[in-house]
Amino acid sequence: MSTVAALPGSAARDPEARRRLGAALLALVVLWPLLQLAEFRPAVLFEAGNLRVMGGFLASFMPPAHAPEFLGLLLTATLETLAIATAGIALALFIAAPLAICATRALSVSRIGPGPGRWRGQALRGAVRGLLTILRAVPEIVWALMFVRVLGLGPAAGVLALAITYGGMLGKVYTEILESTDTRPARTLLEAGSGRLAALAYGLIPNAAQELTSYTVYRWECAVRASVIMGFVGAGGLGQLMDQSMKMLNGGEASTILLVFLLLVLLADAISAALRRALA
Amino acid sequence: MSAPETSCAPRGAGDFCLSCLLTSGLLVVAVVASFAYLQIDFGALFSREAAVGMGEFVASFFPPASAPPFLAKTALGALQTFAVAAVGTLLAALLGVLCALPAAGRAGGALRQVARFALNVLRSVPELVWATLMVLAAGLGPFAGTLALALHTTGVLGRLFAEAIENAPPAAETALREAGSGSAPAFLYGTLPLVWPQFIAYGLYRLEMNIRMAAVLGFVGAGGLGQMLYFHLSIFQQAEAATVLIAMLLLVLVVDAISHQLRGQLAN
Amino acid sequence: MSPSLVTRNLGLAHGNGLRAVHGLDLQLAPGERVAVIGPSGAGKTSLLRLLGTALRPTVGRLDVLGANPWQLAAGDLRRLRTRIGTIHQAPPIPPRLRVVTAVLAGRLGRWPAAKGLLSLLYPVDIAGARAALARLDLADRLFERCDRLSGGQLQRVGIARVLYQQPELILADEPVSALDPMLADAAIAQIVAEAGQRGATVVASLHAVDLALKWFPRVIGLRGGELAFDLPAAQVDAAMLRDLYASEGNVVPTQANDPTLLQAPAELGVGAPVVRLDSCRGRG
Repeated sequence: MSTVAALPGSAARDPEARRRLGAALLALVVLWPLLQLAEFRPAVLFEAGNLRVMGGFLASFMPPAHAPEFLGLLLTATLETLAIATAGIALALFIAAPLAICATRALSVSRIGPGPGRWRGQALRGAVRGLLTILRAVPEIVWALMFVRVLGLGPAAGVLALAITYGGMLGKVYTEILESTDTRPARTLLEAGSGRLAALAYGLIPNAAQELTSYTVYRWECAVRASVIMGFVGAGGLGQLMDQSMKMLNGGEASTILLVFLLLVLLADAISAALRRALA
Repeated sequence: MSAPETSCAPRGAGDFCLSCLLTSGLLVVAVVASFAYLQIDFGALFSREAAVGMGEFVASFFPPASAPPFLAKTALGALQTFAVAAVGTLLAALLGVLCALPAAGRAGGALRQVARFALNVLRSVPELVWATLMVLAAGLGPFAGTLALALHTTGVLGRLFAEAIENAPPAAETALREAGSGSAPAFLYGTLPLVWPQFIAYGLYRLEMNIRMAAVLGFVGAGGLGQMLYFHLSIFQQAEAATVLIAMLLLVLVVDAISHQLRGQLAN
Repeated sequence: MSPSLVTRNLGLAHGNGLRAVHGLDLQLAPGERVAVIGPSGAGKTSLLRLLGTALRPTVGRLDVLGANPWQLAAGDLRRLRTRIGTIHQAPPIPPRLRVVTAVLAGRLGRWPAAKGLLSLLYPVDIAGARAALARLDLADRLFERCDRLSGGQLQRVGIARVLYQQPELILADEPVSALDPMLADAAIAQIVAEAGQRGATVVASLHAVDLALKWFPRVIGLRGGELAFDLPAAQVDAAMLRDLYASEGNVVPTQANDPTLLQAPAELGVGAPVVRLDSCRGRG
């Protein structure tokens, strides 16, 4: 055991070294143009003009704006944001539920056996799933931007944008939830010749209800945040208010709105948790 | 989830417990109230003129603009959006690791709370809000978007990294310390190799999300495809907007695929 | 010459009152080789962790290499620990680390931080690592990842790391439990040779009593956290061993399951290999 095997000289070098060096060089070669494209110039942050604007804006953060008319405006904007989120989710449910029922394998009659119309059933399910993916593919703020162009500024754009994208998200997850719970009760009903809706109501919903509502409430929480974001392109609510304040460099209003936004997110989180407990 | 204390009998379709019924009722009221509050004129929204207007609007997107110079511009915009996302995520990963060490308690209890609070603030402010702030600090353009993504993502990644570090088994690092190693080398040799794969996985996942965000940040002036989309929609050039939208979707698909591939390789 | 290890009434009690180690008085001269044997739960690991300054004693006093470690400043304690090398039963090495890096980590205490960082990117002393691994017949695994090694190979990497560290006090906690008898014997031989070369003290807890008696001139028996005996190896007889392992059904654990071990070792001749050649298996 104590004899040292004679090794060729090249084994005295780390075989990983070449690969690592190559990877490092590649990273540098790729990174440089990316930095240029992103106009990455930290010195810009310290240019006199920018510093003045930023400094002035940050300085105006304190004290937060608290004039009564502004607070009234803030309250209506917050309520509007909550309303946009709730209405948006409600519409999304209208879109998601029927699509999920079509797309889920748990309610497929043709798969029992398998019976006739299997390929047709599979094609239909595939098409509906594809539709759900397309609905999800575009971020809601892009939809909001487009709806604002057509419908004008205001909450309608936000509600429709949420309905479309969240409809896709809810639909996809509903499909998966329905398939992942115990599908035997539904199958039994379908085999006995009951209609799909009956199989859904008596076979799947009792088991899946909790998960379905839990996810829907979680999505509502996300919708509240998304509603604020969409406001920045004119879809109403807190976001639109903040966009206006920032465009006017009103730091006091901006900081108040930011605080309210953070509180709203916490509130939505709390409501969501309470709802999920109550519906358990 | 624990069983509810109210007696919810085993459920059939018509068998609801009282609290569930009440809550559902409240929800319905909330939904109706929301629609009422928003005063959306559904009549006008789904009226014939609106449908025709919407139809015309949609039709104006086809065919998407395909003149080569514009396609080149779009390609450049896509690269710029990718650059914003990549540089922003990379910066966030570096800052995230730096913040994760105190946030994991490696510098004492007080600093841990401070670091966690700072990361929470960074996380809670949406990227778009950061972007409007950064436009003030750095002017319009992709740099503002990069900084906005970096700030928000540092909050996200910093917290994930800190949790990974706290959950890593300490035996390797402790053994090195007991052999007299300083804290930094002990961490690098003992804990970092354990959490490194997780860091990369989180980073790549965040990159996928940040590509979508980078596109959107353009709406507030942060360059790339988002800025192009906003611009062309503002001047009612729907055909060009359609091309930009397609480019966005393609970019997201490509980055998702590459990231998925890299994460698969990393699992080995 | 001042002793390398002194303990007075050393004790360690867990939070629930259970005493892992109790009332130990020991004194080791520099360069001594001591084996610690005893049944499972006797406190061997706790004793080694106390000696290695990994755990703080709840009772009593400990002097390691001439200093009371728990009264030193942080920097001095760190320097003291670089002179102590612990071989673990299950080496705590991150799986993705390569063998060469894991071995070189033995000198992290001595190196400036920058050198340690550099070694992660490119190993700074490949020759040194290879020499250490060659002594355990693992030189061909120099650049492999540790999670590609078997348990026995990983254990040998842990030993190589301590050999590379060149400490003045070697503490080994069942260092060869995953090795087959021939490899285990050879590995202990390397540890003993290294210690002999540098005048280092060795304290090794071993499960296989035959290995302990063969390689260590002084044997400490622990039972229930207390000292059962502290004798030169030649004076350890079968009766003592049976008593020591009474809780394990009077079966004295050996590597070769050799019933002749219940005879006094002197009858076998000191230094006689206690391994039957036909029990050799493949590499551990």
